[in-house]
Amino acid sequence: MSTLSTPDLAEDLIDLTIFSRQPHQLIPILQYCQSQTGYISRNTVRQIADFLEVSEAHVYGVASFYTQFRFEKPGDHQIRICLGTACHVQGGEILSEEIQKIIGIGPGEISEDNKFEFHEVACLGCCAQAPVVEVDGRIYGKMTRKKLQKVLMGYE
Amino acid sequence: MNKFDSYREEALQKWDSQIVHSELPVIYLGTASCGIAAGALDVLETIQQTLTELGQPARIIQVGCIGPCYLEPIMDIAMPGGPRVSYTNVTPQKAKKILQANLAEGDMASKMAKGHFGDDSFSVRTGIPKFFDLPMLKPQVRVILKNCGFIDPEDGDHYLAQDGYLGFLKVLEAGPGYALEALKESGLRGRGGAGFPAFKKWELARNAQGEQKYVVCNADEGDPGAFMNRALIESDPHAVLEGLLIAGYTVGASQGIIYVRAEYPLAVKRLKKAIAQMRSYGLLGENILGSEFSFDISIKEGAGAFVCGEETALIASLEGKRGMPRPRPPFPSDSGYNGCPTLINNTETFGTVPAIMRNGGEWYQQFGTPGNYGTKTFSLVGKVRNTGLIEVPLGTPLRQVVEEIGGGTELAFKAVQTGGPLGGCLGASQLDTPITYESMRDQGSIMGSGGLIVMDESTCIVDMARYFIGFALRESCGNCTPCRIGTRVLIDRLEKIIRGEGEAHDLDVMRAAADTMVKTSLCGLGQAASNPVSSSLNFFLSEYESHVHDSYCQAGVCKGLFQYVISAERCNGCGVCVKACSSNAIQGKLKELHTLDVNLCTQCHACVEVCTKHAIIGVPLPAETDHLVLSEALQ
Repeated sequence: MSTLSTPDLAEDLIDLTIFSRQPHQLIPILQYCQSQTGYISRNTVRQIADFLEVSEAHVYGVASFYTQFRFEKPGDHQIRICLGTACHVQGGEILSEEIQKIIGIGPGEISEDNKFEFHEVACLGCCAQAPVVEVDGRIYGKMTRKKLQKVLMGYE
Repeated sequence: MNKFDSYREEALQKWDSQIVHSELPVIYLGTASCGIAAGALDVLETIQQTLTELGQPARIIQVGCIGPCYLEPIMDIAMPGGPRVSYTNVTPQKAKKILQANLAEGDMASKMAKGHFGDDSFSVRTGIPKFFDLPMLKPQVRVILKNCGFIDPEDGDHYLAQDGYLGFLKVLEAGPGYALEALKESGLRGRGGAGFPAFKKWELARNAQGEQKYVVCNADEGDPGAFMNRALIESDPHAVLEGLLIAGYTVGASQGIIYVRAEYPLAVKRLKKAIAQMRSYGLLGENILGSEFSFDISIKEGAGAFVCGEETALIASLEGKRGMPRPRPPFPSDSGYNGCPTLINNTETFGTVPAIMRNGGEWYQQFGTPGNYGTKTFSLVGKVRNTGLIEVPLGTPLRQVVEEIGGGTELAFKAVQTGGPLGGCLGASQLDTPITYESMRDQGSIMGSGGLIVMDESTCIVDMARYFIGFALRESCGNCTPCRIGTRVLIDRLEKIIRGEGEAHDLDVMRAAADTMVKTSLCGLGQAASNPVSSSLNFFLSEYESHVHDSYCQAGVCKGLFQYVISAERCNGCGVCVKACSSNAIQGKLKELHTLDVNLCTQCHACVEVCTKHAIIGVPLPAETDHLVLSEALQ
């Protein structure tokens, strides 16, 4: 996960000129690029470095510090299980194991058919509905094994 | 009449005609993130469909979080001339029934109603209690959350109609001196958790020399298990923005920045909308309301790093760098964002300021206790019956929060974690502690930003300590050695204990590591990261010892350190666990005591999850068991 994927030369360049060339724009630029292509590719790192006149290492160094940025193409469906404190207390880790059983991949992995991508995350901020699971941005509260089966079936 | 007055006049008229004296029925639906997680959007769809089917016009208002999240989705109906009546845990089917009853049959379906917002006579007439008389809400005081659940957070006029921006107007009229004086008198302390007097921070920033100054709102709510800032911004974004505006004027800044978690998309969306509304009211830009004061606000989305809640790390992140803390001094009030004087406060601190400015500092002193004036919001979650967002005066005893507001726990209470992952675990003997900055610290915990996670006897304290240290380990920026290595030392020992390989000296090693981290770490994260270990070692030593000496996890959490049995006292023979067990380890006829075969049991926990009687309990392994072999077999 933390290594840069190989350059994809066919990839279109992203128009960065909507930003000013100031160092404090680096994180907003990274966020914008990720929103456009789903991830930060080697090409994107190079392009941002050229644009801001800093080294590629600097761009990658900042990007890899933050959990938001990813360096691989995302899977079709994003499954995130919350392991915040409230969800931990309410059995989030057991649900995580169950998800891994159902979709057959571990945390941080993408299924071979690229259909599912699974992450364990720190907190989604819906603690009173713990344990919660998020699929493609939609949050499901008070999850149980049974409900989990149903929800995931909907994305098959 | 100036322009703002006419906006306010319009807003008041709109509020009166559309809400207070609405000719149409008004339907309120809580659609903050927790409501949505509980299924509020499905309910919304049903409401719209049902209104079409009934051919009945009604006004739907999407409000924020009113607090008791365990009752979500919450739908309220106010019929013309009647008070607002709340229906809770609403499903689409239930919503349809309630709407049909109210709108088509003239029946308020009082059996399904949970509470109302009218007067006493309405309670007498209908038998429905007042919403704020519910046990969870009665002891609460709403200052910060005043508007939450009442106004449409995406409609700026609603905020204006609730005396919005009058605090700013007062400060603009009376000058920065008034703002500082009111803040000083109020005794408001930083709600991010450290409790530094807000007026001192503001005064330092005001007196700092510099052409360009900034005010920054820290909405990077990274504490897992805490959602107060998210709920406030989603439910009443203008309150936070007004606080920021007042701060900008008082310290002489021209730019405000809100640093908000990217994981909170709804909060970001509502802030953007609210900022645009401020601009249209003439509250942002050059020469605001004809004064000399010019100010603008921008949003910066955080990119996911807990340590960015620390102010110097937050500034580094704003500057486009890795979010690593640096030693202080210089403090941000002298040299912050881009080297300029910068005032940083937490979201809740800013959210409290407008009320103080409107009503004066002395007014705020009626809440709380000397030295700890005011109210504080908490996210009350975990094993309590009533979970949600609460606001109580400082000085309220923990016991009242857990037992009265939270409704207590189903199984025996064990501990409450205050102050998030950097806080401490307090046990039953400490429940009478009043919640103040000092008393929390004296008990070995911290106030923190306001996460309160309640645990019962099914929670393992050692596992919780491992959870918190695991979090700190992942979030440690790696800059200073004590934090980077200390969290590693702690997690290694905790995992060893959880595997059943713990030795007596592991506890000493953990104490020493914790002590070193407190004394030598660079920033607040490192200094406090060992709190969960130190506090649990202090108050729950016997639980550690039972793991180490007896290879027994009382809570039945650490695999291989217990075995399941079915309690004859609790089992009612319902058969649910038999169905849930995928390894056929549980046998039993209906209405007869069930039995569990430990040789088939994989400790997958599925039976525990479904048993409403809590009859499946963990007991010590027989003396001859080799728990290491067992533990491996279970993995």
